Amino acid sequence: MPDADYRMFALAGVAVFAIGFYSLIVQAHLLKRIMALNVMGSGVFLVYIALGAQTPGPIPDPVPHAMVLTGIVVSVCATGLALALVDRVQAAAGEAEPGDAA
Amino acid sequence: MTSAWAMAWLILSPLVAAALAFAFPRLGRSLALGTAGVVSLVVVRLMGLVFADGVQTHRVSGWGAPLGIELRADGLSVLMLIVTALIGVAIALYSQRYFVSDHDDEALHRERYFWPLFLFLWTALNALYLSADIFNFYVTLEMLGFAAVTLVALAGTHAALTAALRYLFVSLSASLFYLLGVGFVYGQCGTVDLPSLAAQARSGPALWVALALMTGGLVAKAALFPLHGWLPPAHANAPAPVSALLSALVVKAPFYILLRLWFEAFPALMTPAVAQVFGALGAAAILWGSVNALFQARLKLLIAYSTVAQLGYLFLLFPLAATREGGFTAWSGGLMFLGAHACAKTAMFLTAGNILHAAGHDRIEDLDGITHLLPVSVFAFGLAGTSLIGLPPSSGFAGKWLLLSAALAQGQWWWVAVILLGSLLAAAYIVRVLAHAFTRVNEPKTPNPIPPVMEWTALALAGLAVVLGFASPWAAELLRVGAPVVGPILTGGSVP
Amino acid sequence: MTSRVLVSVLSLALLAALGWAVLSLPFRPTGLTAESLVKLPESGVTNPVTAVLLNYRGYDTLLEVGVLLLAIVAVWSLRRGEWPASHLHDRPLLMSLLRVVLPVLVLAAGYLLWIGAFAPGGAFQGGALLGGAIVLVMLGGLARRVLAFDRLLRAGLVLGVIVFAAVCAVTMLLTGGLLQFPAGTGGTWIMVIESAALVSIGLTLGLLYFGGRPNAHHA
Repeated sequence: MPDADYRMFALAGVAVFAIGFYSLIVQAHLLKRIMALNVMGSGVFLVYIALGAQTPGPIPDPVPHAMVLTGIVVSVCATGLALALVDRVQAAAGEAEPGDAA
Repeated sequence: MTSAWAMAWLILSPLVAAALAFAFPRLGRSLALGTAGVVSLVVVRLMGLVFADGVQTHRVSGWGAPLGIELRADGLSVLMLIVTALIGVAIALYSQRYFVSDHDDEALHRERYFWPLFLFLWTALNALYLSADIFNFYVTLEMLGFAAVTLVALAGTHAALTAALRYLFVSLSASLFYLLGVGFVYGQCGTVDLPSLAAQARSGPALWVALALMTGGLVAKAALFPLHGWLPPAHANAPAPVSALLSALVVKAPFYILLRLWFEAFPALMTPAVAQVFGALGAAAILWGSVNALFQARLKLLIAYSTVAQLGYLFLLFPLAATREGGFTAWSGGLMFLGAHACAKTAMFLTAGNILHAAGHDRIEDLDGITHLLPVSVFAFGLAGTSLIGLPPSSGFAGKWLLLSAALAQGQWWWVAVILLGSLLAAAYIVRVLAHAFTRVNEPKTPNPIPPVMEWTALALAGLAVVLGFASPWAAELLRVGAPVVGPILTGGSVP
Repeated sequence: MTSRVLVSVLSLALLAALGWAVLSLPFRPTGLTAESLVKLPESGVTNPVTAVLLNYRGYDTLLEVGVLLLAIVAVWSLRRGEWPASHLHDRPLLMSLLRVVLPVLVLAAGYLLWIGAFAPGGAFQGGALLGGAIVLVMLGGLARRVLAFDRLLRAGLVLGVIVFAAVCAVTMLLTGGLLQFPAGTGGTWIMVIESAALVSIGLTLGLLYFGGRPNAHHA
């Protein structure tokens, strides 16, 4: 039985990305927007990990894996920054949905 | 100092300075000034090396592509580094006095955090311009974005915070689009190294989609019409030196990456249709931004919309440089214009900062009599305006003249109309501001005192914007080193 | 309502384009896997991912550690952090859990750091565990006075960047290349970098959870 086609996982990744993108635009609640960004990020990482399986064999390509590690760290930093900024905005305005941010 | 050392210094010194400025907040000011000086000297050294020996590369960690990351300095990188250093020094000087107005806790807090964030911004820019690896671009773009957003939020007002949040959302989603594009490139080509991609010269649906993703993200970060909505509130509500950094430097970095991608990595994918679309969006930006600038009530918003317009000129470079004859003319014209805009826009924002400081507001209608209070600043604004409009002998004129020559040489006369119309509109909104500024008033207002360095840095940059027009032949020679387009400089006469 | 339909159409179009691109990606007979494995003995570690992260593409990691520091600087500039509301005497179960879990987490973090050289693991993974430990400490309301040691905290946060930069400087003096380790010493340098980074990463993640600058008096 041949190895699972890596492109299946990449397709899943882009589907997650598209779902995250849809939520980012459509959602008004800021926290949900931040979560949507995280979902988009997860989609991208899934694509990268799928690319690690692009060559046959038991050992995956380590380069995309390292890139995902970098990406996860950056994503966590971004989320932390976004949450702090959202809190400041809410404190300044006293509300949670100041319209669209696209 | 070899080029490897120069490149390492350019990246590591602002990074270490940023860390130290955070660890020892009291040293922030001196660290920033010291770093500005060091970076400027090293940039000059690197420029000399590039002029003498051509493109400089360095394989970080000793591994070359495709496994490792390469640093590279060619004419374009060095020009961007020079512009960054010029503006960086000016902002470091200006901000020495800008943040120390009253010694209350708020102002102290802003100053203490400005320095490390400013130095991180500079690190990101230097690292970006020296990189030859598209994944590395992602990391530097994120560093740049975080620093820029936080600097905007430093103003603390509700408007600034909301603008910063919007900027952050745009920046983060754009980065993710870019990152996905990089993934597709790696999947198709097996490398993320720019020269290797250029050598492979591939095409195919995956690369089309990848380039579309990356371009979409970068165009949003560069605030090209129609994805420019985040820029005016962010640039207008940020503290004045931050506005200058954003308009002059931060939005230029994604544009630089676009140049690298389309002209160097995947030139086969740049069909004439694609180039014209870029040009059309640029033209729309010029017109939309300029017209909006005309009707602004606040000075900083006017300058911010002007940035939207001027960024459109940069995108005219795509249709004009894509062909062989006249290609290099447009290439150098567009990039000289980039440098001219950086100096002029910084001078304008610093002037606006001075006016805000002195008069307490920046409403254009109420600027009457400001010339008496801030003659140096208003003069700086006027000088910077001449470069923005494109009057000789300024560098703005040099850039626009080269773009016009390229357009005429290729028979793309519609861009000529756009450039001229843009200049007219720029003249209109500059003159509008100056008209109010030069109006006499009977009762002189009592200003808040302005430290002279704040006024004189603005004037120095405006002067540079004008005087650098004379340096344009030299800039063109620098740009020739490693340029992806070739050709003579066509001016219909002698080189300006 | 119509705008939602529009965005749905846009998202579906995006999905279609991305899916088409994915399906057109090739299968590779060889890729960077082979190359990275070939060069592995020279890298100083035997885990290929660590080799990529700290050796082949170590420059990316340098910038990434910088981004981590930038994030905590940014969050500190934005707001003051606050302790999660908790009263220890109301939570005896939490205290018992912490007594067991905290030492295990710290130990596991150190273990991941060490084992990263030859199995999955490394500074970031260990740092995540350390960050988690710090979050648990905060949830338990413990060690409040540690946050008063402003200097110490700042030193811990910048440690990763400073040590990484110092290693760059020293190796550059030795070999003339940025982040180019002298032959045979790669493993040692990598361990030095990772150890410093572990501290910084753990502190940064934990303090990101805290959500802002700790001391009420200093800037």
